[in-house]
Amino acid sequence: MGKVVLVTGVARQLGGRFVRRIQRDPEVDRVIAVDAVPPAHHLGGADFIQADIRLPTIARVLAETGADTVVHMDVTGTALRGGSRATVKETNVIGTMQLLGACQKSPTVRRLVIKSSTNVYGSAPRDPAVFTETTPPKSLPSGGFAKDTVEVEGYVRGFARRRPDVAVCVLRFANILGPAADTPLASYFELPVLPTVFGYDPRLQFVHEDDVVEVLRIASHEPRRGTLNSGTFNIAGDGVLLLSQCSRRLGRPTVPLLLPAVTWAGSLVRTLGMTDFSPEQIRLLTHGRVVDTVQMRETLGFTPKYTTAETFADFARGQGPGLVPPEALAGAVDRIAELATRGGGRPTTHSAN
Amino acid sequence: MADAKVIPFDDDRSRGSAAQRPARRRSTGSRRGGLGETGEMGEVQPLPGRARAQEDGPVSPVEDAKGATEQPGTDGPGGGLERRVAAGLAFLRRRLTGDYDVDDFGFDEELTDQVLMSLLRPVYEKYFRVEVKGIENIPAKGGALIVANHSGTLPLDGLMMQVAVHDHHPADRHLRLLAADLVFVLPVVNELARKLGHTLACAEDAERLLGQGELVGVMPEGFKGIGKPFSERYKLQRFGRGGFVSTALRQGVPIIPCSIVGAEEIYPMIGNAKTLARLLGFPYFPLTPTFPWLGPLGAVPLPTKWTIQFGEPIPTDGYPAEAAEDPMLMFNLTDQVREQIQHTLYKLLVQRRSVFF
Repeated sequence: MGKVVLVTGVARQLGGRFVRRIQRDPEVDRVIAVDAVPPAHHLGGADFIQADIRLPTIARVLAETGADTVVHMDVTGTALRGGSRATVKETNVIGTMQLLGACQKSPTVRRLVIKSSTNVYGSAPRDPAVFTETTPPKSLPSGGFAKDTVEVEGYVRGFARRRPDVAVCVLRFANILGPAADTPLASYFELPVLPTVFGYDPRLQFVHEDDVVEVLRIASHEPRRGTLNSGTFNIAGDGVLLLSQCSRRLGRPTVPLLLPAVTWAGSLVRTLGMTDFSPEQIRLLTHGRVVDTVQMRETLGFTPKYTTAETFADFARGQGPGLVPPEALAGAVDRIAELATRGGGRPTTHSAN
Repeated sequence: MADAKVIPFDDDRSRGSAAQRPARRRSTGSRRGGLGETGEMGEVQPLPGRARAQEDGPVSPVEDAKGATEQPGTDGPGGGLERRVAAGLAFLRRRLTGDYDVDDFGFDEELTDQVLMSLLRPVYEKYFRVEVKGIENIPAKGGALIVANHSGTLPLDGLMMQVAVHDHHPADRHLRLLAADLVFVLPVVNELARKLGHTLACAEDAERLLGQGELVGVMPEGFKGIGKPFSERYKLQRFGRGGFVSTALRQGVPIIPCSIVGAEEIYPMIGNAKTLARLLGFPYFPLTPTFPWLGPLGAVPLPTKWTIQFGEPIPTDGYPAEAAEDPMLMFNLTDQVREQIQHTLYKLLVQRRSVFF
């Protein structure tokens, strides 16, 4: 008998991609895609069930389909199609509670995969430079998506205690980027001029969408020999990029602002409803966050295809050229180099810079 | 800096015919201070001096601080000109396009080597005239924990220790300092500290760095040492809870005691404005004979003569695994390190002729 996989949050393109990918796996019999709104993209023949995970109907869906693997991807930071922050929070927290309640009653569920985020560690100057899965955060996130993830993980731990027979895998993803990512950080990098916090150059880590889909797939199957796919894992690409490096690679100039000004501007933008530039986001862009991925490699047995830098390069390719494209700058320097090596370079060419 | 800006242009113009006009070259060289002597030394010698000046030309308009402080003397005497220009431009290109690497801690090795160290080096060589002893006690590879005394109101001693290791160690090792959390709260300071390879003084970071085989520097006295009054100079304060010893034990790396003489006198702290300090959120607010009475001028450190002595390594790999949990062993080792540093401090103080020479 094959597997029946239930996936939540399929109206987002990442959920859609995962549904399409996992159907190709031979051991998967049936994929049930669940979301409150019908997806704009096709799901490759998966059974779509329109159900709001905040309502008890999800228990019925789970019971009727007899799913044995539940992949909960509906923990997100941004609203889909102009929903409010309150809706997002409800979906994250109440939705997870309902889903876990349904899983607890279901005798068929054997495996639960949760898409969480490294946001659970918060971001503070007094934190160690690199977070491992066991590092307690120095300051718990005060609100926003980060607090949602902390609460979601709390419920998941409770569920794991009550149902020790279910393999639970919590994947804490670093900032997800990719050519079509719709994360808050991606929309930040789409700004023509990047506002930054003066005097801080945060360290950022990215994980590519392809790797997200792949690691979710590993987590939702039986563990391969010598690996273990239940537990909590940080998922991030190798290496670190500084925000200044990101802006230079994108060719978007930065505008350093004092921290109070950034906080004020962030709340203004939020009030106007332009983007969800949450305080957590500002903290990330102030202090940065780097996680340790040894467990991902050694226990989960997953090696990401993209490093942080390659993920960012792939994302940058999908963006238009910035105001000061790195190619143009490199070209200008090369021209000077050419003049200098020819030995006839006039000092006036410096103004070309 | 003004000098460095004006002269390259001057020099650039003469570049084409410079070979025919040694006299002009000499005058340019002597105006550039330290490079003056190169003019007297025959046909080949002037090249590095000229190469440096010329490199300043294209680089300085964009990142003048970086270009102008490029370290002289890293290139060989022959064929230096074009290579140095190319290297300087390649550096500029990498910086402008963001094409460089930082490690997990935010350590920007290239920026540290090319720019930040060059900024600190004049202070190290010319201002404090640091004398380094016992550099051979630092292993050429593998992790080691350097434990030093801390003094001087501002943590210049840590930076000087970093330059000392970087410039004098034959294996070009980088010292990764553990800094107080205040450093990472302050804007600009935290950015520079991370790029210099410093990280927060916590067991997790220290163990991670030591596990990677890095050279880690720690000043266990912390604010008690750096903010002590002038009357208590060269008296070591309590070494925290000895957490550095258990970190070293867990990683099995040697502890290298380090004694720094000279840093105590750079800002003689005669008073502490505690209320002001509390208001600003600092652990202390120093009052020196010149600060804050003379304003920013009062913040110029006194040009004392420094000595940094690295002592004999204390091995920690002979202990069993559970030794890191043994409080008695911890206190014993902490005391051993502390006494060795204090002893060396007294010895160096006896040898010292005067504070300033």
